[in-house]
Amino acid sequence: MQFRDYYEIMGVDRNATQEEIKRAYRKLARKYHPDISKDPDAEARFKEMGEAYEVLKDPEKRAAYDQLGKNYKAGQDFTPPPGWDAGFEFTGGGFEQAADAGVFSDFFESLFGRGGFTADRAQAGGFHMRGQDHHAKILINLEDAIQGVSRTISLQVPEVDSQGHVQTRTRTLNVNIPKGVKQGQQIRLAGQGAPGIGQGGQGDLYLEIEFSPHSIYHVEGRDIYLDLPVTPWEAALGATVKVPTPTGIVEMKIPAGSASGRKMRLKGRGIAGKIAGDFYAVLKISLPQADSDKARSLYQKMKEELDFNPRQKLGV
Amino acid sequence: MTTPKHTLSGLILDEDCSFTLAELSTACSVRTEYIIELVEEGIVEPREQQREQQYWTFNGRSLLRARKARRLQRDLGINLAGAALVLDMMEEIEQLRQRLDRLG
Repeated sequence: MQFRDYYEIMGVDRNATQEEIKRAYRKLARKYHPDISKDPDAEARFKEMGEAYEVLKDPEKRAAYDQLGKNYKAGQDFTPPPGWDAGFEFTGGGFEQAADAGVFSDFFESLFGRGGFTADRAQAGGFHMRGQDHHAKILINLEDAIQGVSRTISLQVPEVDSQGHVQTRTRTLNVNIPKGVKQGQQIRLAGQGAPGIGQGGQGDLYLEIEFSPHSIYHVEGRDIYLDLPVTPWEAALGATVKVPTPTGIVEMKIPAGSASGRKMRLKGRGIAGKIAGDFYAVLKISLPQADSDKARSLYQKMKEELDFNPRQKLGV
Repeated sequence: MTTPKHTLSGLILDEDCSFTLAELSTACSVRTEYIIELVEEGIVEPREQQREQQYWTFNGRSLLRARKARRLQRDLGINLAGAALVLDMMEEIEQLRQRLDRLG
């Protein structure tokens, strides 16, 4: 087990006042709150600082931690000396976050226990608590959203055994991702979270859908966008061109006189759903390079024969 | 590690699904009074705001917003009005991010 430097995690000095610790916590919490931050490490950081704050905000726990930690550095191998906590009193109280914030590290638990949620107490005191809700992200691709897919997910589940010890077990689930899901949408699996204590029911499992970026398509809600390169003459004269869609190649008519950026809609060819999305091809005019005599002379001819000033609206 | 035998299907939390006041409170592990406060603050909206509370139903978005509001309140020490503001601004940022994605 590694020693955790709670002061370092919170970015405060060892002799910071309780007020300073609280301010540091609030600041970090705003930055790393998993509901706010887009940082992929946000959740881990948030848990880590929640644990650090749990200890440092409580003068009793902080004093015990200081006493113990004065000879340790972060990451150093650590075993709590037997009876180290004699003379400190911090059982019960101050654990208001534990019910929801998840499990603290082994390091924390070896020092301060599990905050009174052991099976022992549950049986003795008729203590009931609903199990924690679990959250997980599921990465799918566009094709999965169109066809629906089944995914196997693994969850780390803390469990309290009959002796009151906490153990982490890996639980795997097969989950159906129905077709028509959207980016950011959540799926709730009632009763698939952590087991409750006593007669408290099981928590729920929330799965958040995230689309992995696609090489050519872009998804917005149930609509699918494609940047479609066209030649200047296709845009100017009109043409019928082949367009790839996730469900196969289609032919699309480009009207004469189309400008770059024009959105061509194929109704209902987006992701299916109660209200099916649409497919949009966004025209991008692609210029042939003037890298041959022939190409250069054609450009030259246009220059001479077309009276075209694209900056007319700019007044120049 | 055990191999799962069944494939589970969940409920997509979208505009179509429906929770009563009691179901919403249970799913958020809060008292119904808290949900009523969220309605008063405009954080969640029942479909039938004009009717009595026993007839209220909420969509999946309300469930997610209620849970987020509670977490924000608990973890950041902000009040409900503050949580409401954060939620609305986060939704706006999300929409802007998606637009930015498309342009980039």
